[in-house]
Formats: sequence, C-alpha cells, structure tokens
Amino acid sequence: MSGLLAATVAAPSALDGGANVVAVGVLLAEFGMFRQALIRDQVRLYAAQSALISVLAVVVAASRHLPDLYALAGLSFALKAVIVPVVLTRLLRRIGLTGSDPRWSDIAGTGALSLASTVLVAIAVAAFGFFTTARFGVRSPVLPATALAISMAVVLVSFVLMIVRRDVISQAIGFLSLENGISLTSLVVAAGLPLILEVAFLFDLLVVAVVFGLLIRVHHGSAESMSTADITSLRG
Amino acid sequence: MHAVLVLLLALPAAAALLCVRIPLRIAPVVTAVSGIVCFGLVLALVPTAAHGDLQYARLLRVDALSAVFLLATGFLYAAVAIYSVGYLSPGHTAGGHDQEPRRYARRFWVGLNVFAWAMLAAPLMSNLALLWVAIEITTVVSALLVAIENTDGAAEAAWKYVLLASAGLGLALLATIFAYYSGAHVLGQSYDLGFTQLLGVATRLPHAAVQLTFVLAVLGFGTKMGLFPVHTWLPDAHSEAPTPVSALLSGSLLAICFYAILRYYQVSAAALGSRFPRDALLVFGVASLLLAALYLFGQRDIKRLLAYSSVEHMGILAIGVGFGAPVALAGVLLHVLGHAAAKGNAFMGAGVFVQKFGTKRIANIRGGLDLLPWSGPLFVLAIFALGAMPPFGLFRSEFEIVAGGLEARSYVLAAILIIGVTVAFLGLAVSVTRMLMEPAGPARQPARELVPAAAAHREAGSTAAGSTARPATATLSRGEPTAWMVVPVAAGALALLILGIHPPAELTELFSRAVALLTRGGS
Repeated sequence: MSGLLAATVAAPSALDGGANVVAVGVLLAEFGMFRQALIRDQVRLYAAQSALISVLAVVVAASRHLPDLYALAGLSFALKAVIVPVVLTRLLRRIGLTGSDPRWSDIAGTGALSLASTVLVAIAVAAFGFFTTARFGVRSPVLPATALAISMAVVLVSFVLMIVRRDVISQAIGFLSLENGISLTSLVVAAGLPLILEVAFLFDLLVVAVVFGLLIRVHHGSAESMSTADITSLRG
Repeated sequence: MHAVLVLLLALPAAAALLCVRIPLRIAPVVTAVSGIVCFGLVLALVPTAAHGDLQYARLLRVDALSAVFLLATGFLYAAVAIYSVGYLSPGHTAGGHDQEPRRYARRFWVGLNVFAWAMLAAPLMSNLALLWVAIEITTVVSALLVAIENTDGAAEAAWKYVLLASAGLGLALLATIFAYYSGAHVLGQSYDLGFTQLLGVATRLPHAAVQLTFVLAVLGFGTKMGLFPVHTWLPDAHSEAPTPVSALLSGSLLAICFYAILRYYQVSAAALGSRFPRDALLVFGVASLLLAALYLFGQRDIKRLLAYSSVEHMGILAIGVGFGAPVALAGVLLHVLGHAAAKGNAFMGAGVFVQKFGTKRIANIRGGLDLLPWSGPLFVLAIFALGAMPPFGLFRSEFEIVAGGLEARSYVLAAILIIGVTVAFLGLAVSVTRMLMEPAGPARQPARELVPAAAAHREAGSTAAGSTARPATATLSRGEPTAWMVVPVAAGALALLILGIHPPAELTELFSRAVALLTRGGS
C-alpha cells in the first residue's frame, strides 16, 4: 500500500493520459453499439470493450504496484472478452440466428428512435454524466478524475442503449456494457477492493449472463423473434 | 449459536442439491423439512440476537436488524414449502404450453430451495459487497422461477424482471463501490466493506460520496423493492410466477431489498445525520403509496391486485423510516414481519382461488366464501390484515408508524399515509368483496367487465329470461382442493394475530435493539 500512497503524490502524466485514452475508447465502443446492425458485431464490440478495460487494469496494476489487479485483469479478460461473447454467439447460433438470415441478424431497425436522435440523446446523457461527476468531489488515488467522469458517462449511455433498443440481444448487451462501465468506475475509485470480492462480482456476472441467455431462449421460443415490441400484454 | 448461522446457510443449499437427484416424490418432503428446520433455527436465534451481535469467521454476522428479516424469510420459506406440496399435487396443470410435469416439478423444487437459500444468505452477510452478491443471486433465481410456467406472459414478465432488476442492481453495485471508496478514505485500501467497520468510522467519511452512495443504493435496491417509479416489473412478475414463488417474492424478497437499503441508511445516517437519507426515503415512499393505492382500483387480475398492494406496503415501510422516530422504526420492523405473513397468506389464498376457479381474472371468480369453506374466510382475514384492520399485526405496526409521524411533527405526511392506506384498503375490499360475497350465479355477474362480447350477450340474454343459466363457476362443488394449501395459511393468520394482540417479549426486545442500531448514528 505504501507504493499506492507514494503514487498519489507524483503521478506520471503520461499514464494519466493513457488511462484517459483507454476510458474514451470504452465510451466510443459504447456509442458504437448504437449503430451496429448485426448482433454478431454488437457482441464483438462488447468483447473489445471488455478487453480495453482489462488493458486498463493491467496498466494500473503495473504502475501502482497492485499485484491483485493482474489476476483481476486476467480473470475479467477470460470471462468478459472470451467466455461471455462465445456463450452468447453459440446461443444465437443454436436458436438459428446466423449472419446468413437477414430476418434474424438485422437489429438495426429496432430502435425506438432514429439512429441520429438516439446518438444525440446519448451525447446529452453522456455530457450530463461527465460534468455532474465533478460535483461529488470524488478523487481517485490511482487514476485521473476524468476517467471517473467518463466511466459515469458509459454507465448512463448503456441505460440509453437498454431503453431505446427493442430487441432482447441489444438489451442484454446493454446490461453487460453497463457492468463494463461499473468495472471502469471500480478501477478508478476502488482499485484496492479485495480480490475475493471482485471475483465474487465476476462470478455473479457469469451467472447473470447465463440466465440472460436462458431467458433469451425462452423469449425466442414464445415470441418467435428477438423483438420486444410485441411483448406488451402485461400492463396496468 | 454460531453453528446456527452456518446451518442456516447450509440447509437450504443441501436441500437444493438433494432435489436435483433424489426421486421426485421425496423432494417435497426434503423442502418442507428444510423450511421448517430453518424457521426453527431463526426462532432460536431471536433471543440471542436481541441481546448481542453474532459474528462468525468475518463473513457471517447477525444482529437484531438482520434477525427481523431472517424471521420473515424463514417463516415464509416454511409456509411456502408446505403449501407447494399441495400446489404441485397431480391436479395442478402446469404452464400454458404442454410441459412435462415431472421436469416442471424438478425445476420448481430446486429453484425454490436455491431462492430461499439466497434470501436467507443476504441478511447473514457481514459486508455490503456480499450482500449485493446475495441479492443479485435472488434476482437470477427468481427470474428463472417466474419463467418456469413457460407461457407467453411468463416469458414477458421474466424478461422485464431480469432486465430491470439487473439494471437496478447495477446502480446498487455502483453504490457498493462508492461505499468502498468512502470507507477507503479512512480505513485504507484493503478493507472488506464490513458494516461494522464503516459504522465505526462513519463520522469521518466524505459527505458528498456518502450522499451519492445512498441515493444510488435507494434507486438500485429500490428497483427490486418495488418503489415508484421503478416498480414496473413487479406486478408482471408477481402475477405470472407460480403462486408459491409470488408469495416469496412479495413477502420476503422485497423485504430483503429493503434490508439492504436499511444498511445503507445506517451508514448514511451516522455519517450525514439522518435528515438527508430520511427525506430521500420519504419522497419514494409517498410516491409509491399514492400510486399503488390508485392502481388497486380496477385491477382485473387477482395476483396483480395483490402485487400493487405490495408496492403500497413497501411505500409504507419507506415512509416509516422517513419519519425516523423510534416508535415509527419499531413499527417498520413489525410491519416487515406482518407484511410477510399477510401477503404470503393473501397470495397463497389467491393460489387456491386460481386453482379452484381455473382463472386469475377477478371477474370470473365468484362465490368464494360458499365454495371454499376454509380458504375463503382465511383470504378475507388476510385482506383485512393487509388493510390494517385490528386485531392483526399490520394494524399495530401502521399505528406505530403514524404515531411516529406525529411525534416527528410530520402531520401532513401522517395524514397522507392514513388517506393512502384507507384508499388502498377500499381498492382491495371492492374486488375481494366481489370475488367472495357475490353468489356464483350469473344474475349478478357484471357484464361490463371485459367478457368477450358473445359471452356477455349470452349472459344478458339468460338474465333477461330469468333462467338459472350457469356459468363455469356454478359447476364447482364446495370444498378445498387440498389441506396442504390451507394449513400454512392458517399458521400465517395465527402469526398475524399474535403479532397484533400480544407480540412475545423476545420479539419486542429484538425490535428495540434493532431500533437502537438504526438510530445510534443519526440524530
């Protein structure tokens, strides 16, 4: 921990800059999910986003001498950049959603708003998250405060994704990328969180991903499509 | 006593594992035994928890506050386990699609035990991170249990539920992380988020971060607790789940999420003074109470009706904490127990109706008191209890909450609370009176309910002719489907009476100690 405290005093600015670039990359990936027309590409984008966060974890681990974070980076890469995307892709293949069938694979038109309006809303929401975070005066010992503001923007934008997209896959990916945003936040403000708790969170994510997969299958079996536009019988 | 904590975790887990393999006819026995033993263990824990905290191996911890929620969960686990024996008996037709009943039953028993395990685990955890993990597990298990019926409605409800609840719990995870951040300022980077550690240094925590933490926690866990405006999954999930699961969802799971909010309340009140967290809870509480009270009118589905009543009661809990007076807090804790028993009873009663009449539609359920000699009157009692009629436990608890409001000089809010509760009771009473008191004959069936036009026409015709034409209900004979579905409801009614007339001394001590825990930090 002494290394951690020393680091807060003299933080190299190149590292801060690098961390911010990675964080911006995560946010861009989040925006990219809005314009993906194919489920497969969306899953890939999610994997890339997860990989970026693992990279950031390695950077923090190396620069701040937090060996626990290496393990966390490895685990989270294995889970979020490999296992969950593979499981999702296989699930889609099993229920017959391959790229060859445009009826199933094309989810571009499922937005409740047009793409341009969606992106505008997302930019507004991201800006809100970015600028209000400063108000709370949260200072991170390991990463610049900008990274925290960006991570809050990622969290809020993932909510937009979940709200405007009307197909179960985008909604599930929206949730998973929400979790990525939270991981980013946790890297910034809670880098020292005991490894055992981080592993518990990751394990939990795996369980959630599996259950999402199961329910996507149930939904597909009952609605014969990925769209949520026609599941409106329960109201009032 | 420490063995009790471990057993409480081990028993339901073992029951779930056993149910995966053992012959299907033994699974109900295993579950019922596990439920009853767990309830016994929790009861044994009460006198100890009323006098001191129990800690085991840094991970498990029970104090008076968690004991209250363990009691609610333990009681419902036992009641629901027994009830399910009847619910799954051969007469039960599972699901809309033709589904193999054996597979359904297997999944049901395993799921029920895992669900109970996760709900018992949550109040046993000694730190905020594991509390979050346990609550997330309750979400995924209960979402699968909602989907188990395999109907279109169930698929829709399960998807809405898992997405909204997971997103809400995402916010709760952010709250957990910011709680860690606040604590790390004082305790150093490697502490494990224990409540006692956080409470010990509460006065030195950074204020802005604690505010952010509390608001995120209320929004996040509030989503699962069913607070307005993030309650929208709740009526769907409660109405589409199998009835035993609905009873657990409503009576126990919502309370467990409230427990998580109370833990954050403890820390925030100690760090910031209780003004800020109380105001936040009052806003959500009043909104939930008023909205749910209005939604209770005009519901067509008996289980949705009860689900909105849950939103109402969660609002009352939030308001009670918002008042902050010790008597109101004691009322809130009693309300948790009373609501578990009353709502469990109401759902289990509704399950009997649904099985008897073959429909969830209020318009098609008539003459309940005549046809169901036990469940009918017990259902009436449960509804009276939910409407805070004396002599039941919820009367005492709501009385205490209102008294606390007056003590805290929140006269307007106390008045709103009384009006909201009264309106809600009226809403419940109108529908329930129709289901129970109106005779099963067609003459009084209100044709304005959404009966398909042809059917309505036929009814109107037969009434005009003055004949004794009979709708589906008239063919039903008087009698209960099975005694398994009556006994736990009777036990719940008895518990409600005890809570209302004369709560045992141990319980009163438990409440006063829990209230002391909640008020220790704040002023």
